[in-house]
Parts: sequence; structure tokens; C-alpha cells
Amino acid sequence: MVPITTFHYLVVAAALFVLGVIGVLTRRNVVIMLMSIELILNAVNLNLVAFSRMWGRLDGQIFAIFIVVDAAAEAAVGLGILIAFFRNKETINVDEIDLLKW
Amino acid sequence: MSAGVSPALLAAFTTTTDPGMAPVATPFFFYLLSGLAILGGFLVITRRNPVHCALSLIVTLIAMAHLYLMLYAPFVAAVQIIVYAGGIMVLFLFVIMLVSVERASKDRRFNRIWPVGLAAACALMALFVSAFVKGRALFPDPIIAIPEGSNTQQVASMLYGEAGRMGQYTFAFEIASLLLLVAILGAVIMTKKKI
Repeated sequence: MVPITTFHYLVVAAALFVLGVIGVLTRRNVVIMLMSIELILNAVNLNLVAFSRMWGRLDGQIFAIFIVVDAAAEAAVGLGILIAFFRNKETINVDEIDLLKW
Repeated sequence: MSAGVSPALLAAFTTTTDPGMAPVATPFFFYLLSGLAILGGFLVITRRNPVHCALSLIVTLIAMAHLYLMLYAPFVAAVQIIVYAGGIMVLFLFVIMLVSVERASKDRRFNRIWPVGLAAACALMALFVSAFVKGRALFPDPIIAIPEGSNTQQVASMLYGEAGRMGQYTFAFEIASLLLLVAILGAVIMTKKKI
């Protein structure tokens, strides 16, 4: 069998990224859109750690740790916004969140 | 790699000369874990029930933590499981329980304009495929051996510094803690009923 190189990890990361993009663009439920964004962030993390392995340096892993921290902060704030909006209008359907439309 | 790690510390934890620690069955585990991660990702975007999506995302996160272990990054794998799968996904599940009314599960799953989104994602995938096909020869052979026993020590020395010096990413570390403080404040204030 062909040995597993960095390229294989990049292909997996790209596939997860595309799946996350499809989830963000096509789902109606806001919570699932946020989960697709987490999927995108994880794909980027895999990319970074694979390159960190390729070059033998730890900078990619440090960057990945910071991305996990950032994903936590963004998930907390995004879900806070969702809860605050849900209190106003009892829907989590992104097609019905159109209070700013003309 | 950081030049600040003391050689004695490094030698105490180096395991690359031990034949018992050589990786085995790497293609099998790689294909199993990446197939699991991609299947979990596919289930996240297609399930109707948001709790099922959250559980599939947990499966994906744990599969990716195993992939980080295969890439000789045990600290990132541990951070992923503890923070991501153990903190962020629990937060998601709490919010799903607070927010998901019964009506949402019976709604249509996808947007009105889902073909447009799918076409955009296919264009993105075509871009990735062309980049991979053209640039496949660009990635040099990997596997410069990182002694994995000292991974946490080296990450710590890069984040916190050692022996009186600042690490390479200490400033970014402090900014990250400020970011978390601001996120906590924002989340608490936004969910109050009366500010």
C-alpha cells in the first residue's frame, strides 16, 4: 500500500472543509449552521497539524491550539446571539430571521 | 523546533530509538479514521434532528483527535477532546435543548436555494482538486521525526517560555485569554433579560 503522506491528510481536510461549506450554505437550522462552521475550523486544524508534521516544527500545532480557543469563544458568542434572538422570535429557521429586511 | 528545550529534558523523553514505539498499520488506521471523520461530517450536514448532528460532530471530533495522534501531536489531540468535544459540543447540546422546538424537526431540512449553495461548494471542491492535482509534487517527503515524548514540554516552552525568557507565542497566549474574557462577558450580557 502507498505510504500515507502529508497529501493524504490535506485531501481529508479539504473534504471536511467542503462538507462544512455545504452545511453552512444549505441548512436552515441556525445551530446546524454553527456546527458546520466548527467542521470548517476542524478541517483547517487538520491542515495545520499535517503541515507541522511535515516541517518538523511545532508552530502549526500552536496555531491549532489557538484555533480551538478561538472556536470556543466564537461558539459561545454565536450561541448567545441565537438564544437572545430566540427569545424575541421563537424560531431558529434562518429563512425567518429577516427583521432587518426592507 | 524550539531551541530552548534543555537537551537533558529532551533526552529523558525521546522514544524514537525504541523499536517498540514505531507506528504500525498506519494506512489501515488512517483510512478508518478519515472515513469515520468524513462520514461524521456528512451526517452533520444531512440529519434532520439537531441532536443527531451534534452527536455526529462529536464522532468527527474524536476521529480527528486520533488523526492528530497519528501526526505526532498528542497535546493538540488532548486539547481537542477536552475542549472541543468535551466543552464546545456540550454547549451546543445545551443550546439545542433550550432552543429546538418540536416544529423545527418537522421543518424542511434545506434552504429554498440549496442548489446554489451546492454549486458554490462544488466550485470550491473543483478548485481544491485542481490545486491538489497540479501541486501534488510540491509537498516534500514528511516524517522528520519529532520525539513525541516531549511534545507537551516543547509546546509549553513555546507558549509560556522558560528559564526567564518569554516563549515565542506568549504574547498571543495572553491575547487569547483576553479573547476568552471578552467572549464570556459578551455571552453573559447577551443572554440577560434586562441589561
